[in-house]
Amino acid sequence: MYTEKVMDHFQNPRNVGEIENASGVGTVGNAKCGDIMRIYLDIDENQIIRDVKFKTFGCGAAVATSSMATELVKGKSIYDALSVTNKAVVEALDGLPPVKVHCSLLAEEAIHAALWDYAEKHDIKIKGLEKPKSDIHEDEEEDDEY
Amino acid sequence: MDRLIYLDNAATTKTAPEVVDAMLPYFSEYYGNPSSVYSFASQNKDEIIKQREIIAGALGAKSNEIYFTAGGSESDNWALKAAAEAYRNKGNHIITTKIEHHAVLHTAEYLENQGFEITYLDVDENGVVKLDELKAAVRPETILISIMFANNEIGTIQPVKEIGEIAKENGILFHTDAVQAFGHVPIDVDELHIDMLSASGHKLNGPKGIGFLYIRKGVKIRSFIHGGAQERKRRAGTENVPGIIGLGAAVKRAVCTMSERSGKEKELRDYMIDRIEHEIPYAKLNGHRTNRLPNNVNFSFRFIEGESLLIMLDMKGICASSGSACTSGSLDPSHVLLAIGLPHEIAHGSLRLSLSDETTKEEIDYVVDSLKEIVDRLRGMSPLYEDFIKKQNK
Repeated sequence: MYTEKVMDHFQNPRNVGEIENASGVGTVGNAKCGDIMRIYLDIDENQIIRDVKFKTFGCGAAVATSSMATELVKGKSIYDALSVTNKAVVEALDGLPPVKVHCSLLAEEAIHAALWDYAEKHDIKIKGLEKPKSDIHEDEEEDDEY
Repeated sequence: MDRLIYLDNAATTKTAPEVVDAMLPYFSEYYGNPSSVYSFASQNKDEIIKQREIIAGALGAKSNEIYFTAGGSESDNWALKAAAEAYRNKGNHIITTKIEHHAVLHTAEYLENQGFEITYLDVDENGVVKLDELKAAVRPETILISIMFANNEIGTIQPVKEIGEIAKENGILFHTDAVQAFGHVPIDVDELHIDMLSASGHKLNGPKGIGFLYIRKGVKIRSFIHGGAQERKRRAGTENVPGIIGLGAAVKRAVCTMSERSGKEKELRDYMIDRIEHEIPYAKLNGHRTNRLPNNVNFSFRFIEGESLLIMLDMKGICASSGSACTSGSLDPSHVLLAIGLPHEIAHGSLRLSLSDETTKEEIDYVVDSLKEIVDRLRGMSPLYEDFIKKQNK
């Protein structure tokens, strides 16, 4: 079902983790649909992405697209990162099954959401970046009772 | 990967060697059409009669009440559609549940489009139908109650006898989808007041593509496949002779081994449930704890998603299944898990492990050990778990 690259990124995901005091954090997706991605960006004073980490709740494709997306933006300027599309992520993974393409969209959105958070925190405008629509908020999460 | 641990016996089972042996001569040696007159072929007719008797015997039924079909889905379709048609003059109301297999649910939806009214009963948190709600749902125009014997995902066994009694008292036909239960738990159609019962060969170490519908004598449902006179003119088509022989052999085997097999499976099932509950935090058993199929284990692991879990288990040679949306091809997780009240994100993290009589304790240990490691790993990458831990530490 998955390409070798997808399986590789699923089995050995790159850049899993958190960044403390990250320059920007973006979380997209929702648990109801079974996909949540969170991207942490560490951006230096020259607006270069020094480090990136991710956490994902989701299927194999969701993990692999997150992992690939982090690789594609690491070391890039925020503007170069902004131009990383879901298509680029899919291509870098040698393709995804059609039903899983939405995972790559989520990865693109997660990067955008993290950049948006960075821009807000630093009170700057990133040209071409729109406010992400599927950002989840704390209060939308289901309660933790169990 | 050299080892294969198959814990998906609710999906399908290995065809037992004795079943295959019984079937083989019916492909190239005794290939005659049972409807033919010459003895070379007509002896196959006698063989089919024998299998029908074996199967009827396993249910406490008569052999002319067993109708061979291509499997569970066909049997379910037949039972619902034909009963609806035959009893339409009496009424247009059918009662079923929210946790049926899609073969029943989608047929019920089809009938709804044809003008029938369907009541989909809720179940409790263990997946058990509430009998008072069933009683309350009965109307003068109710013609059929279709409630599964045991659930394919969470393994819960329904109070079939009580349901049958309610149907009988009200003069309503009672159909049960026993695809998961037949051959695994004892069933007597008279004692349980069952009028129609669906079963499938490949769930009990028989071949795929063969099943049957039990139709109690006197139930007026008509032909589902029109054509020749096979199956008392109710299901036309040249008999699947090797399949029928295989089904008969599988039923014989299932009946003979049932008590020993289910005893062994139950012991391992409970051992596995016990280990998971004690060793993996934030894991919840789905389905009734004791009143469940002997071979069914179903857990939800919070903060993780089922498909990732399945792929990682696969990498360790373990075959299992999940009710997550990603494995169903839709955005929604399993309707069964939602019906027992699980929130979506917990339903996405479900795992079904269904044992067989060949499963060993050593395999269960390997699976639980692997599961611990995989759940840990996936939680390590889960933003939901991260949030949960941060909340705990606050």
